[in-house]
Amino acid sequence: MSTTTVAPPETFNQEAFEAFLAQRDDPDWVIDLRKKAFDIYNEKLCEPLDPEEWKRVDLRTFQPQKFALSSETPTGSKLATQLQNEAEFKGQVTHENGHCTLSQVDPSLAEQGVVFGDLSALVHTHREILEPYLMTKAVTPDRDRFSAWHAAFWTGGTVLYVPANVSVDAPLHSLIALTKAGTADLSHTLVILEDNASATLLEETLSGDEESPGLHLGCVELIVGKDANLRYVQLQNWNQKTYHFAHQSGLVEANGFVQWTVSALGAKLAHVHQDVVLNGRGSVGEVNGVTFATDKQKISYYTQQTHNDMQTRSDLLYKEVLRDKSRVIWRGMIKVDKKAQLTDGYQRSDALMLSDTARTDAIPGLEIEADDVKCTHGATAGQVDEEQVFYAMSRGLSRYEAMHMIVEGFFQTVYDRIPVEAVRKTLNDAVIQKLGIGD
Amino acid sequence: MSSLLKIENLHVNVEETPILKGVNLEVKAGEIHALMGENGSGKSTLAYALAGHPKYTITEGSVEIDGAKLNDLDPSERARLGLFLAFQYPVTIPGVKVADFLRHAVSNIRNPDRKEGEGLVPMREFRKELKQQMESLDMKMEFARRYLNEGFSGGEKKRMEILQLAMLKPKFAILDETDSGLDSDAVRFVSEGLTKLTGPEMGVMIITHHERLLQYNTPQYTHVMMGGRIVETGDASLAEEIHSEGYAAIRERHPEAAAEQEQTEALAQ
Ligand SMILES: Nc1ncnc2c1ncn2[C@@H]1O[C@H](COP(=O)(O)OP(=O)(O)O)[C@@H](O)[C@H]1O
Ligand SMILES: [Mg+2]
Repeated sequence: MSTTTVAPPETFNQEAFEAFLAQRDDPDWVIDLRKKAFDIYNEKLCEPLDPEEWKRVDLRTFQPQKFALSSETPTGSKLATQLQNEAEFKGQVTHENGHCTLSQVDPSLAEQGVVFGDLSALVHTHREILEPYLMTKAVTPDRDRFSAWHAAFWTGGTVLYVPANVSVDAPLHSLIALTKAGTADLSHTLVILEDNASATLLEETLSGDEESPGLHLGCVELIVGKDANLRYVQLQNWNQKTYHFAHQSGLVEANGFVQWTVSALGAKLAHVHQDVVLNGRGSVGEVNGVTFATDKQKISYYTQQTHNDMQTRSDLLYKEVLRDKSRVIWRGMIKVDKKAQLTDGYQRSDALMLSDTARTDAIPGLEIEADDVKCTHGATAGQVDEEQVFYAMSRGLSRYEAMHMIVEGFFQTVYDRIPVEAVRKTLNDAVIQKLGIGD
Repeated sequence: MSSLLKIENLHVNVEETPILKGVNLEVKAGEIHALMGENGSGKSTLAYALAGHPKYTITEGSVEIDGAKLNDLDPSERARLGLFLAFQYPVTIPGVKVADFLRHAVSNIRNPDRKEGEGLVPMREFRKELKQQMESLDMKMEFARRYLNEGFSGGEKKRMEILQLAMLKPKFAILDETDSGLDSDAVRFVSEGLTKLTGPEMGVMIITHHERLLQYNTPQYTHVMMGGRIVETGDASLAEEIHSEGYAAIRERHPEAAAEQEQTEALAQ
């Protein structure tokens, strides 16, 4: 194989990197990590991306040099958040154009040792908590060019740390916004639950308007300790001019539980690599996906459910609705290690096509090395059933209304798995908005 | 003025194949009509064509409710004019709760000019009414929260059709084999349920092979279909005759229609 030298985009080259470092006042340990990552980034740029993961994702329209980090600190725009008014949150962190504009947490949580805030600030004050996990276990910089790029240039992000035996009963809110055309956001989400801790974090991404192009190069790391219980939701609702690339990985220790809901409504092109790694005996990972693609959106998921110990259970359900010329790709894999006997792995993707110009690819896969396991997978794709439409219309519903009910119903079965009312409501509202009811 | 459903010289194709070949029938509010006929004679085709199923094309003739022509209306517009079909095979809509579905349906039927997104019938009133109707049909309230027909038994599905009929209070109701495939208890529930709903305001057309539904709901008229036409019309005694003696005599009296029916069936094979 010949090696070609590929230069980084101007906005993320050596010069840009040095300017970025000069502008921040990161502690030395962070600067060291960034420098190492920047070298990896340059190496990875010369290597092809994993074809299994990327062969269906066309990156040709993506021009990274058109996006740059923003040095202006925004004053905090008024943002049309979907979630914010739906629940009582015990803490909120907001990032706009890569800068933290709001960080607050209920004093009762702080008293219990809960840390919830901005990564850029916390690297100064909470090194002992962050250093063991920040891109060391869940997502390492050397995965590919995107992880390395993120590791070198991360702009900030939301950190949630819950000490052992502490339960945070109200949800916490994290908001990532892009409000200036051509801006790149590289925010990092890091959640650490120590043994027997529990928490719910609801995160959403959004754009300030419909027209400004943006880039999000994200990374999500979820560390779930023994007997810990995490609910994490990411509602991706960028405008349709935004690129979204992310490595997301959750590690779960013995008898821990993660319930992870991803929702993709926005973005021009989104590719998310989502891993659930069940490292401890008896650990459980539940993954829910809600995708609604319209226009020319391309949404791609590469999911892995990795079973590394006995009696682990994973359960993934993705539901996708497609309209217009949109395209959704899901490549799912269940991996079971030799020693992970008595595991139960499940993955399923159901797509509902509202236009015959939309396209979906669903490719489930299994790699099983243990011999006493239960692993099942499935994928369906189909048009709206005209008999259902006729039935509803014969009861007085308009065709449009009938379609809407059927689409909402299609998603309902995945909402049923999400115990947080605010999330169910927000997702449903977002879907209704996207369906354009009342137009 | 009492309402009138008027079917005149109705010809219907199912995907190019002519099935109905000139059906004439008038149903007035307050009347109960029985529509009988062997399998394949065209009863469900008539029901679907009236309701406006997209696969059933009217090629000739007309259907009117109180002078308003239905031919070119979509199923929703027909329903809003007061037509209701209880399906022979009710459709499942996963994830859509019975109560939500019905609340939308009721809102549209009671306010036929309603556009999507406009107000629904008030929740409280609706709930109260739904509860009442469910109780009178001996249905558990739990059904209101279930997904429409999902996992319902045959009998539950048919009862759900009757519940919808009760909530929507149409001018004309067509019941397509609502009693088929049910055990005798379920037939009784459906029959009694229907009896409670019929009255001077509603015209009913009951498509059935059994006696039970008609015992509880005695028809003033019985029509027999064969080969896509109504070949005989009589009173309740005609239905009784068919129940005891079958269709042989009718076939003999209408050899042409009997032959056409066999032909259509051969085509469908
Ligand atoms: N959807 C359909 N596609 C093709 N043929 C049909 C369809 N529906 C009905 N037919 C045909 O039309 C004829 C009448 O059927 P149907 O109306 O269902 O009769 P009935 O309800 O009296 O048993 C039959 O020959 C049947 O095969
Ligand atoms: Mg039939």
